[in-house]
Amino acid sequence: MPIVSRGFQGRRRQPGAGLVPPGQYLVDDFPVLSAGPTPDTALEDWDFTIDDEVGGAAARWSWDEFRSLPVEDVTVDIHCVTKWSKLGTRWQGVSVDTLLEGMDTAAEFAVAFSDGGYTTNLPLADLQDGRAWVAFGFDGEDLEPEHGGPARLLVPHLYFWKSAKWVRGLRLKEDDEPGFWESVGYHNYGDPWREQRYWDD
Amino acid sequence: MRWLAATVAETIPETAQTVTLRLDVPAWRGHRAGQHVDVRLTADDGYAAQRSYSIASPPGIDRLELTVERIEDGEVSPWLTTLADVGDQFELRGPIGGWFVWDGDDTAPVLLVGGGSGVVPLMAMLRHHAASGSTAAMHLVYSARTLGDVIYRRELEELAGPHRAVALTLTRDSSPDWAGRRGRVDADMLADVGWPPSVRPHCYVCGPTPFVEAVANALVALGHDPARVRTERFGPTGG
Repeated sequence: MPIVSRGFQGRRRQPGAGLVPPGQYLVDDFPVLSAGPTPDTALEDWDFTIDDEVGGAAARWSWDEFRSLPVEDVTVDIHCVTKWSKLGTRWQGVSVDTLLEGMDTAAEFAVAFSDGGYTTNLPLADLQDGRAWVAFGFDGEDLEPEHGGPARLLVPHLYFWKSAKWVRGLRLKEDDEPGFWESVGYHNYGDPWREQRYWDD
Repeated sequence: MRWLAATVAETIPETAQTVTLRLDVPAWRGHRAGQHVDVRLTADDGYAAQRSYSIASPPGIDRLELTVERIEDGEVSPWLTTLADVGDQFELRGPIGGWFVWDGDDTAPVLLVGGGSGVVPLMAMLRHHAASGSTAAMHLVYSARTLGDVIYRRELEELAGPHRAVALTLTRDSSPDWAGRRGRVDADMLADVGWPPSVRPHCYVCGPTPFVEAVANALVALGHDPARVRTERFGPTGG
């Protein structure tokens, strides 16, 4: 039985509160979280690469090549492990399915890597079948640097730290390899509906 | 991670907006300076709300201390800062976060830069520095709106010493009584009171997002290695 805190009422009538995973609350703004300074990479120096499970470069796109790929508009709810959720966010990006098209791989896992050294790991299946994008637009505008621009991963069915900001590529892996937050106490998979915030959740 | 029962042992008003709660948490298994906890409050009909708060106390102290800023339209902080009294109970779990931490296991200089209630996890580092007798040089640059908004003011004065320095800057205080620094933390101020990049300090920056963005960018522009600049952000969101 949870402990009842004397006199606590809370904000239970929040509209849309029934649409968020356990332990989350709704925000209207767009909070920023990151572990270090915001990187500053010029678009002419930007590329997105996919390395195969033996470490070879399987694919590479320059910014212009990446932006010529088919674009999808996605409207999704996002859930941050620090407890805020934001409903109906609108993004523009390239489906990871498009990036992986025609690639023959035995990998079951992937590590997304970013400018600044950030990494996060996911099962490859969670990046496929229309569940993940490399997003460069938010609400019809260029994605701002503090929110991960020029491009970030968008995997809205997992806690938002999996949606790596400033993403520069994917490393496909046969074995799972914990990323940055996953190595310092955060859950390896991070399903918000099962409240997988931390190790052992 | 398990939820633990916490009992309020003491409430210490810090400023008009912030209160330190000194807590008995019998099942607490220790923490590192800079970590935080999740707090869960439950109403008598079972409704519950969670938020995260930084730990202010250093490792190795019997009672866990949280310093909480009251967010006016917040859900959890108003209870913690105004209703919570000695003997009241709630739940918490942690410690959480293994990145924004300072263990004091090397003697590299340390630059702490805090804005508003972002000083709380940095205070845990300063207290740990003092309690452990570390000889690493540690500087805190702390930005508050007015003198009345300065959390831990007296203790910060006491903590300054041979290996610790505190530089306070006020951004909205027009009082003629304040003879110290004024204005926002910028590259000039950091060059003046921080460390040169050549000594490769560990940098910890905590505060609201615009503060963290400005300070982290200024540190990188001054030549500090981005990999040695660790950030933690406090939004007014939700509280």
